[in-house]
Amino acid sequence: MEKYTGKSILKEIAIGKILFYSKDEQVVQRKSITDTAAELARFEKAKEAAVAQLNQLYEKALKEVGEVNAAIFEVHSMMLEDEDFHDSIRNMIEGQKVNAEYAVAVAGDNFSRMFAEMDDEYFRARSADIKDIAERVVSILQGRQGAGELGDEPVILAARDLAPSETVQMDKSKLLGFVTELGSANSHTAILARTMNIPALIGIHTSETMNGKMAVIDGIKGELILDPDEETLFAYQEKKDEQERQKALLQELKGKEDVTRDGKKIRLFANIGSVGDIAKVLANDAGGIGLFRSEFLYLEKQDYPTEEEQFQAYKSALEMMGGRKVIIRTLDIGADKQVEYFGLDKEDNPAMGYRAIRICLDRPEIFQTQLRALLRASAYGNLGIMYPMIISVDEVKRIKDIVKEIKAEFDEKDIPYGNFEQGVMIETPAAVMISGELGKEVDFFSIGTNDLTQYTLAIDRQNAKLDPIYDAHHPAVLKMIQMTIENGHKSGCWVGICGELGADTTLTETFVKMGVDELSVTPASVLPIRKIIRETVADAANVANGDVHF
Amino acid sequence: MKTMTYTIQDELGIHARPAGVLVKEVKKFQSKIMLEGNGKKAEAGKLLAIMGMGIKHGTEVTITAEGPDENEAIAAMEEFFKNNL
Repeated sequence: MEKYTGKSILKEIAIGKILFYSKDEQVVQRKSITDTAAELARFEKAKEAAVAQLNQLYEKALKEVGEVNAAIFEVHSMMLEDEDFHDSIRNMIEGQKVNAEYAVAVAGDNFSRMFAEMDDEYFRARSADIKDIAERVVSILQGRQGAGELGDEPVILAARDLAPSETVQMDKSKLLGFVTELGSANSHTAILARTMNIPALIGIHTSETMNGKMAVIDGIKGELILDPDEETLFAYQEKKDEQERQKALLQELKGKEDVTRDGKKIRLFANIGSVGDIAKVLANDAGGIGLFRSEFLYLEKQDYPTEEEQFQAYKSALEMMGGRKVIIRTLDIGADKQVEYFGLDKEDNPAMGYRAIRICLDRPEIFQTQLRALLRASAYGNLGIMYPMIISVDEVKRIKDIVKEIKAEFDEKDIPYGNFEQGVMIETPAAVMISGELGKEVDFFSIGTNDLTQYTLAIDRQNAKLDPIYDAHHPAVLKMIQMTIENGHKSGCWVGICGELGADTTLTETFVKMGVDELSVTPASVLPIRKIIRETVADAANVANGDVHF
Repeated sequence: MKTMTYTIQDELGIHARPAGVLVKEVKKFQSKIMLEGNGKKAEAGKLLAIMGMGIKHGTEVTITAEGPDENEAIAAMEEFFKNNL
């Protein structure tokens, strides 16, 4: 048994025999020619044939992976028709009197290198596209066939590299997964694999010797296991079956209401970290976004993001969610999430330090920019604004004053904004203890169980030594949650949970019985939690005294 | 000669797909249409050249059109950039 680690493209398991796929290395020889007109005509004819092949591939991809992903083949055929690419080939044939194969290969290398040397990862990955089209034309000139045929038995394909055209050409029903040495997570091949739902690993050294061997792709760990022993193989087979059963079951739950057996509706939302995650939210059928971490806007920049940049991001999130609730949490940096341009001092105890709302209230210019962007975006959907790390009523009052000032300014200048809810994260024991008072100031609570647990138990999450005593189900934490829910309801707030505990399927029933109104979980956890909600009775006799037994 | 400027909103910059559509759009006009940005300049009808400029999100580009149908061309470019990039 051998293990190799690579980068996983799809978090799934594939089990099967390996077929090592080697493209015959294209050997292109430089030959002198005399009839340049005839050579140019040969090139033209091969190019036409290549364009025709690409059009066919486009049609195939259109059916299998959709228009957006198929577009690459249209671009490939346009690359082939590119004037500069042409001129460069014509110049070589006419000027140096070389054969068309050689001219195409050299031009392909040159343009491919131009992209390979660019500093942006996306553009660097395009060098593979140029290589792909040049090789296609050369193959036609040499009278060779393109991608190899797969046999009758489904296989895991191992190759040094796969071009997008090769990936699409393969018969999907015969392809269990693939492993390549080259390629990036951004390459079109990786994108296609993801769209076609084929487990794939990249960055794994492949060789001829793998051919015919039994293998497992563990897309969750990013591992290739070659020649697995019986026990390992059995374990993976179980895991794969379980995954498939779950998938089928969950597919059934899509579109179903999040309602308990006795009719209580729970809002089941998703947590995300960037606009790009919204596709997953929609795919998993979440009812809204319960925690949109706005930090990504700050972490990916070299300087403070402008009001306009933020506005555009929030607006597109709200529009993509089409009227469903989107709760955006204001900036939560400091502690374990550092941004250089903020110029924050190093702290001995960052978890209890200068972070989140503390920075925002201390440096209001940063906070105001974000709030202005959020208010402007509120005109485009169903927005909730959530403030992190609250410990006092005074903080909430100060925040609300800033929001009021912005509203007054917008009213005066006729800048549109919509209705929106305001809420606080309950993640400090202080906030739990004063939740009755906090609730009078806001529309909702969202309990951040990760921080609440570390502050309640006085256990630093970053310290691995403490892991054995870090008990997320500690009765103190559960009592804190129950108290927050009760106080929230008394003061007219709805109460949700957005920390990791929200996705803990062993606690879903407990939370529902405590009266929680919303659970916000990672997109992948939405359907498993829906299943439990639909099997739960919210108002059971054992909660008669408002007390849940832990 | 007509000129317009535009700041790229697309996350990936001028990437393969919109670049391909841009080339098709440019070919509809007789005017010479140039794209400038990131310290580089290229004919907007040349796919590899404009992709090779490596124009990213947030870069301001200048588009010029010169020729008999320059008014229509620049209007079409305005429309194209707003809708695709």
